[in-house]
Amino acid sequence: MNFYELIERFRHNTLDVSLPAFAPELAICATIIVMLIARMPGIGRKLNSFWIALPGSLVALWLAAPWRHLQAGVDGHLGSTPIFDGLLIYDPLTVYFRGVLLLFAVLFFIFTKLSGIPDREDSPDFYTLILGGLLGMCVMASANHLLTVFLGVEMASVPSYALAALLKGRRTAGEAGLKYAVYGAGAAGVMLYGISLLGGALGSVHIPTMTAQLAHLSPEQWADRQLVLMTGGLMVGVGLAFKLSAVPFHFWAPDVFEGACAEVNAFLSVASKAGAMALLIRVALGFSHEAAHDVPQPIPLPAHAEAATAALPFQLASQKAPTAVSPEDDDAAHDHDHAEAGSNMTKVRKYIAGLIALLAAITCTFGNLAAYGQTNIKRLLAYSTIAHAGYMMMPVAAAVAMIGSDVAAAREGVAALCFYVGTYLFMNLSAFAIVAFLRNSLRTEEIADYAGLIKRSPGVVICFSAVLVSLIGLPPLAGFVAKLFAFSSLVQAEMWALLVIGGINTAISLFYYIRVIKTMTIDPERADRTPTSFSMTSVEGVYVALVTLPVLVLGVWFDSLRQWALAAAAGLL
Amino acid sequence: MNSDVAFLSLTVFLPALGALLLAFFPKDKPEAVKLTSLAITVAVFVMTVSMLMGGDAARFKAGEAQLQAAFNVDWIPSFNIYYFMGLDGISGVLVLLTSFTSMIAMAASWPITKHVKAYCILFLLLETGMLGVFLALDFFLFYVFWEVMLLPMYFLIGVWGGPRREYAAIKFFLYTLLGSVLMLIAILMLYFNSDVRALTPDQLAVAKVVQSVDAPEVAAIKGAKDAVHTFNIMALQQLGQTTAQFDREVLFGRSIQWWAFLLLFIGFAVKVPSVPVHTWLPDAHVEAPTPISMILAGVLLKMGGYGIIRICYPICPDAGYDLAWFVCTLGVVSMVYGAFAALAQKDFKRLVAYSSVSHMGYVVLGLGVWSMSAGNEYNASYMAQGWNGAMFQMLAHGISSAGMFFMVGVIYDRVHHRTLDEFGGLFARMPVYSGMAYVVFVAGLGLPGLCGFIGEVFVTLSVWNFSKTLAVISAAVVVLTAAYILWTLQRVYLGPEYKGPHGDHLHDMDAREIAIAAPLVALAILFGVNPNLIFKYMEPTVTASVQELADWTENVKEPRLQAKRAEEAKEASAVKQASVVAPKAVVPQVAKPALDKLSAR
Repeated sequence: MNFYELIERFRHNTLDVSLPAFAPELAICATIIVMLIARMPGIGRKLNSFWIALPGSLVALWLAAPWRHLQAGVDGHLGSTPIFDGLLIYDPLTVYFRGVLLLFAVLFFIFTKLSGIPDREDSPDFYTLILGGLLGMCVMASANHLLTVFLGVEMASVPSYALAALLKGRRTAGEAGLKYAVYGAGAAGVMLYGISLLGGALGSVHIPTMTAQLAHLSPEQWADRQLVLMTGGLMVGVGLAFKLSAVPFHFWAPDVFEGACAEVNAFLSVASKAGAMALLIRVALGFSHEAAHDVPQPIPLPAHAEAATAALPFQLASQKAPTAVSPEDDDAAHDHDHAEAGSNMTKVRKYIAGLIALLAAITCTFGNLAAYGQTNIKRLLAYSTIAHAGYMMMPVAAAVAMIGSDVAAAREGVAALCFYVGTYLFMNLSAFAIVAFLRNSLRTEEIADYAGLIKRSPGVVICFSAVLVSLIGLPPLAGFVAKLFAFSSLVQAEMWALLVIGGINTAISLFYYIRVIKTMTIDPERADRTPTSFSMTSVEGVYVALVTLPVLVLGVWFDSLRQWALAAAAGLL
Repeated sequence: MNSDVAFLSLTVFLPALGALLLAFFPKDKPEAVKLTSLAITVAVFVMTVSMLMGGDAARFKAGEAQLQAAFNVDWIPSFNIYYFMGLDGISGVLVLLTSFTSMIAMAASWPITKHVKAYCILFLLLETGMLGVFLALDFFLFYVFWEVMLLPMYFLIGVWGGPRREYAAIKFFLYTLLGSVLMLIAILMLYFNSDVRALTPDQLAVAKVVQSVDAPEVAAIKGAKDAVHTFNIMALQQLGQTTAQFDREVLFGRSIQWWAFLLLFIGFAVKVPSVPVHTWLPDAHVEAPTPISMILAGVLLKMGGYGIIRICYPICPDAGYDLAWFVCTLGVVSMVYGAFAALAQKDFKRLVAYSSVSHMGYVVLGLGVWSMSAGNEYNASYMAQGWNGAMFQMLAHGISSAGMFFMVGVIYDRVHHRTLDEFGGLFARMPVYSGMAYVVFVAGLGLPGLCGFIGEVFVTLSVWNFSKTLAVISAAVVVLTAAYILWTLQRVYLGPEYKGPHGDHLHDMDAREIAIAAPLVALAILFGVNPNLIFKYMEPTVTASVQELADWTENVKEPRLQAKRAEEAKEASAVKQASVVAPKAVVPQVAKPALDKLSAR
């Protein structure tokens, strides 16, 4: 390959393939830059950055166009393309999660404008941090390389540390930010060490290449590296578990949620969780599934350029990729290689599925039990978030376990998680929006202070109750359907123990969610409470109703979201 | 078919629409709210009656066994979920019972004065859920309706109940939710192991998976590459009885259907309720306001029995056969335990609650009896008798227990206590009330000529062929029932004069109360004298279901059991042969004790 070809490849790859697929992220970057520049002149300081952030996120959402791409995915026209030389991957799953994240951003910005946090002074900082974090989450959702995995995690985490401490001058906020940062730094360090162990043992950090290497390790090599691989995997798992707030790496969550304001909580519990879940799918399924299309293959060149043979820059490490086994090799060797790959992958899947299932069971149970004793609504929702992380991890474990035997069922497992994330967006956004608006009118975040609220604001109590019941998982609300699909994939994978744990947890969770509802509806109103009311006819009320409505609608008509989730999963397996 | 969709949907959702309408009513007009709600429940009752009497739409013909007025509309095609409802003899009479009890209970709700609007909205939502459970034939739809009832019920007990209402409400919620989560697991197990490709076009048409035998969908299903799963209860019944799809071993050597049956049965047993998962019932009943107690006893408990008869046995016959003893024992234990517990109660309402546990035990027993064969002859009539008895018992209990709770409510409204020992002498003060109460309580007791008798006697007779011990015990429970009912009547209504608190408030029933009690009393007598009034609607369906199970027992289970026995016999003879082949090893061991014996002699 001569120099011209190399340049031409690079130009084509970047300009024609990678950048168009990366357009929404570029739009976010542009928004951030505009926001930072706008505050320089005096007039810009008088502008609330909301007016820049909202259009920016709308443009990004329009560029991402999940509805169009996912519909194409339903019809089977959306393939997957590695972009930026395999650092990222653009496939239906990317589209789905980016859609969720950007839709959340739009709704979230409107919410922050209504709730009044941040004020004009803080707005550029706040929105820059949010968009910066969002950028990281988009990278997490499309990561295809452990380097971008780490980059995405850090890009998402660092703004979150600052956001947790947004309420300047409050002790709890400062404590929350510091705790979060210390935990996060520790987890990131462990994860980086894990990445280097895995990279060292497999000779690459490009996930598909690593998987291919893993599949073709000979038994001797396997025995030799098993310990390193398992330790490395476990350490990468620590980093992921931190982002997922999975037990035992959840300690930051309740403190951060209590210390930070409800707006930031909404961001952490929805967007951060969606990004972490996408990353979990990328890593867990990436390592347990040998993707045929991801092994070094040149991106098709324009007609005038010659076909290239050399591997891409980031994939150079894989010198003995599986496709190197050419057809003229004798069949016996091929079969042997194949059998080896099968047995290696079976072990890998068993390890990953077992690890995730264990984490899911512990996380879910612990989250639900700990939520029982909470008196602060934000702390309660923090534990609820932890518990739901457990439910969401269950179908991933099932999907990983089923890849070897039933790809269609595994795909449904991934789709179950996608669906869960899609509904969770509305449930938690609505819950935290209500908490924030109630804080504005009642000046309190203690559950006990919500007593008898139904007398003053029946509309908001009904919305809040619907959201909480949906979080329990009762029909006909969206949370039930999400749980139904999660449990379905456990049934398909025949993970009975995990299924029973999930079922019992649903019953346990009833206690604390219903306690909030009971406080609002059955308990008598406090005599000394300031007589404020929160009307459904206000802008805030309409917003709450609009965000809660999908919880109801998706509980009854969930076919299209399910189709989209299935399309998202189809590109992966 | 389109008119069926409209008519059945309207029946189910009319109360919900009414609830929506009530939301726009002003708060300060409780009387108007109550009247509107009553009008809606009456309208629903009229619609269900017109169904059974045969209106233009959704005509239900008596004496036919199959599904009538059924329709099946796409809902979530990608998960094979359909909006599938229909009536047959089993659900038809229960729908009628539901609409009747709801109407009576709404009329009994007049003394409610707290948050009337919210009460009526929740009440109507509850009615939609109850009607939906009985009409839904898609498992997913069934589950949705099943769960939709929980939240209104929680609030109805938790807000309008007695002093310990919050405890009772959460206990009810928790028990039922735990049961229904297990049910959900079973539903998913059945769904993912079902494959309707195994059914013949005729079966597909009967189960309404396709509209007719020659519909284009038949070819689509038959030609499908992957398994076509289903939530269709009718199709699952066919699969359970004619294929081996649920026989795969899954855990601890038990089959899919064994586990599914067990999980479903626990879910339904919570609702029935059966000992040992009955403890929510006395609390819920005691704390709930009178009309809600009537709904609980009159309708909600029937859902457990309905689930067992519609889902457990037809879908998982093999497990049903193997677990028959378990189910029957549970039924008998509930009967005995409930009766003894009722004897020990000091609270009037708690006594009635425990009598429900005892009476619903008959239902479980009647459904559990797999007395298919007397000797070597296949005769489904014994089992049909048990099932018919159980169904009748459900209806009779719906009438008598709703009546009993209403009678307790009437007296509680006047004297504000329920302590049995402080009553007495009511007959003199309230003759009309006491006369009606006598009829209702004695109907619960099972006196011949009243509705309680028929179900009990059918069940007891059918058990005789299954197990004489259980039959004797269940017959003996009648004595206990008589004991606690008669003792109650004596303590409350007889005696010289009333000495308890609030004696001056004792006045006889007013017109509204009589209007509520009279239909209950009339039906208790009518069903006792002419049980055929109900049997003509439900008997064909029940008998046909039993006949299907009988055919299954004869054609599938019996050969299977014989094969198993033959195998065991073969193994036993193989062991024997082995002992013959190796006499040296065995003989000394066998011979030695014999020799010892001889020498000892």
